Amino acid sequence: MTLLELDDLSVTYRIASGEVPAVRGVSLTLDSGAALGVAGESGSGKSTLAMALLRLLPRDARVGGRILLDGEDVLAMKWGRMRAVRWAEASIVFQGAQHGLNPVRRIGDQIAEPLLVHGLAKPDAARRRVTELLEQVGLPDWRARSFPHELSGGQRQRVMIAMALACSPRLIIADEPTTALDVMVQAQVLTLIKDLVAEHDISLIMISHDLSVLADVCDQLAVMYAGRVVEHGPSREVFHDAKHPYSKALAAAFPTVGDPASRLAPQGLGGDPPDPMELPTGCSFHPRCPVALDGCATMDVELWPAGPGRNAACVHVQEAS
Amino acid sequence: MTETQAATEAVSTVRPTLLEARDLHVEFASRGRRARAVDGVNLAVGEGEIVALVGESGCGKTTLARTLLGLERPTSGEVRYGGAALDYSSKALKAYRRQVQLVLQDPTGSLNPRHTVYEALAEGPRIHGLPDEREVVATALSRAGLRPPDRFFLRYPHELSGGQRQRVVIAGALALNPKVLVADEPVASLDASVRGEILALLLKLREELGLSALVVTHDLGLAWNIADRVAVMYLGRIVESGPVEQVLTAPRHPYTQALMSVLPESPERVVLTGEPPDPTRIPGGCRFHARCQVLASGRAAEAGVDGKCRSELLDILPAVPETQAACHYAAR
Amino acid sequence: MTSVAATRRRLALSRFWADFRKHRAGMIGLGILVVAVVLALVAPLFISEDVTSVVRGTGEKWAPPSLSEPFGTDESGRSILLMVWWGSRTSLLIGFLAALLSIVIGLVVGVAAGHFRGWLGGALMRVTDWFLVLPSLVTALVLAAILGGSTFTIIMAIGITTWPSTARLIRAQTLSVEARPYIERSKALGAGHWHITTRHVLPNVAPLLLASTTLEVASAIVTESTLAFLGASANKTSWGTMLRGSYDYGAATQGAWWYILIPGLAILAVVMAFTLVGRALEAVLNPRLRRAA
Repeated sequence: MTLLELDDLSVTYRIASGEVPAVRGVSLTLDSGAALGVAGESGSGKSTLAMALLRLLPRDARVGGRILLDGEDVLAMKWGRMRAVRWAEASIVFQGAQHGLNPVRRIGDQIAEPLLVHGLAKPDAARRRVTELLEQVGLPDWRARSFPHELSGGQRQRVMIAMALACSPRLIIADEPTTALDVMVQAQVLTLIKDLVAEHDISLIMISHDLSVLADVCDQLAVMYAGRVVEHGPSREVFHDAKHPYSKALAAAFPTVGDPASRLAPQGLGGDPPDPMELPTGCSFHPRCPVALDGCATMDVELWPAGPGRNAACVHVQEAS
Repeated sequence: MTETQAATEAVSTVRPTLLEARDLHVEFASRGRRARAVDGVNLAVGEGEIVALVGESGCGKTTLARTLLGLERPTSGEVRYGGAALDYSSKALKAYRRQVQLVLQDPTGSLNPRHTVYEALAEGPRIHGLPDEREVVATALSRAGLRPPDRFFLRYPHELSGGQRQRVVIAGALALNPKVLVADEPVASLDASVRGEILALLLKLREELGLSALVVTHDLGLAWNIADRVAVMYLGRIVESGPVEQVLTAPRHPYTQALMSVLPESPERVVLTGEPPDPTRIPGGCRFHARCQVLASGRAAEAGVDGKCRSELLDILPAVPETQAACHYAAR
Repeated sequence: MTSVAATRRRLALSRFWADFRKHRAGMIGLGILVVAVVLALVAPLFISEDVTSVVRGTGEKWAPPSLSEPFGTDESGRSILLMVWWGSRTSLLIGFLAALLSIVIGLVVGVAAGHFRGWLGGALMRVTDWFLVLPSLVTALVLAAILGGSTFTIIMAIGITTWPSTARLIRAQTLSVEARPYIERSKALGAGHWHITTRHVLPNVAPLLLASTTLEVASAIVTESTLAFLGASANKTSWGTMLRGSYDYGAATQGAWWYILIPGLAILAVVMAFTLVGRALEAVLNPRLRRAA
């Protein structure tokens, strides 16, 4: 069953010097209980996409297209309904775990806050729920009485996840949940997210620039470049056998240790991400593309089928099929 | 310790030592307690060699790097460069700066936003009164892959992309024509596609200029990408070191094994539990024993070393190029 | 590369001017200031110190404003207009020099306290705190009384009592600049204390300093007037001594409102102008404020 459907979503920021197209026509679907990874670099529009889902964008952003959450148009929702959705149906975990917590309030009170504010539980029940949530994220219940500074970075990120789980949402959006965490802690948090998604039938949208992490956690992967999805498909296949040259470069950026091909041979991509106000013509990736053809600079690309359940916006894919 | 065949081969390619830490200890006062950030480290970087220093945050790797740069003074032990102990008089330190240079993690913060690229690069040559400033700056920029150099002179850091900024920082270090670069997480804050380019630049500089590098990182993939040797640090000590091919394909220390196992794609995950390492409370015996999966699973007891793990201190690993691990279980 | 640096500086300056021009209040303040300073500078071309001499009072005593004496006269028949004009020289001079002194002490102490974080920084901050808790007006009065009344002593008295707040401000900014990674990079390049403070710290505190100097001048002019009113003056006609005179000779009971009002308005106008310019400078130069706007 489809939980979330994006139909030709676009986001444009209006700034003093003009308009910045951050997301340019993205269509994606997410089944309930599934995990979708959105990969891309800074400026690819992946974070804007995540914020748009819950209408968390600043006022100067103009959103086009449709976002259907359980068949209901998010963009057309009334303010009150939107707030209810933010707590009860979809919640977001940001990357900066240390800034999301109030430093002078105890962890337990912060987790219980949405439950109490929305009248979902009485204080007693809320306390029990906090213990339960802490247990779910692997923290002992006495941690409810701790202050944020008494926790390590990984523990704080666990608390953030517990807060996101508090109202039993059906969708969690995780924006770079493990950046700035150590490898070991990162592994712990990723395992936690994976388990939660599997056990509680929660859908997940995870955003990262690290394709290997996304391939590890998510079933489906969408790679974004310059505001568009350039490749989409089952995550392992996209990671190991990318069709789009940009996805290939992203996948190769984080080498598999032990793979002789990457030993003393770091793989990079020349050039820089494009300026969204001066996007290249044709395929926006063509100036950096190692396999660009003459026509790429002028020809429009779209997501073409690239094998079962897969799409890629590359002229080479179109030729192959 | 038994030497494998491959290890002896590695010895034959050993380069003369350029920068060395000898029995280095660095301590701080932290919340009223003594934090032993670096607690006995021997580490050598050879001429034209790239060494990766790997560990989690709080393991002391950044303190070790700062001490090697002379930005921090050791509590005991010494930093040696070119066979002589580092002299901490301000004149000698200034001369030392021309030999060993620093590249920080965050290129945006490493550049003064009020200075143009030219000014940022000319800073080193001006401090040291080098002649032909313009020439030096232009050469450094093109070596760092920013060509043609004069196109970048008047740009401000905020007008550059993240990758270009990191190239400017590297060029700034190159302007002094150093022998060693100490790079602290040089690609951690860069975009994925740019990462490889910056790493490739470090390899190219080694090839063209014979530059040595100590790369401090938490990323084993980075070590695999560019380093000749890797040293794994845990709670102020190096627990395993050796050629990258050997340490990263057949890790011997349980900590290295755990680090390897949490990489995406690895078949079996060993997620360490227990308190995160705290340099103010270094456990007795093997410093890793409280979190060690080999000890916890009882394999150490089977091998009859569990008592040693809990009570017997391990020797500080010497600065040798061969594979070595500070572990009672691995040494049995 | 000097021509390059010059071009860059010119560019920065013209950008700064373009930003500043957008602040209307700042422009009004700047206008008033320019007029006041130019008038003070050209005063000797038209009048001399004679206008303040008691024996040369030209007009009638306590004359109300009229066509011949637009702002009236005082108890000795001196023209209030000419005295305010001449007095602006002393008031502005003391304001500028006292502010300069205060800023220089504050800058040196603040940067040193922020840069040397060991015992030196600690000791400097203790001294600063000690000066900060001294009641500055009383101290200035006592200082002026001990040193004797001259323009120089008034400047000293004001400068010495007002620098601590500047020092605190500069120290805070220095600390925040020194925490940036580019300072670490600069140290690794071999930079010494002088290089770091002059090349990195000073340019970063300069904008803050400029704005705070402007505000400081305003407060120095007020302090000078207060000191003069309380009896510690430079023995030269300033707006403050005029107010003191109006009080001494009972201008209020004489109904000579102009004697009180005119110097008072002069102080108000100049102080307000400095404040407006200072606030505008702050808004233009402080990027954090700029982003918020």
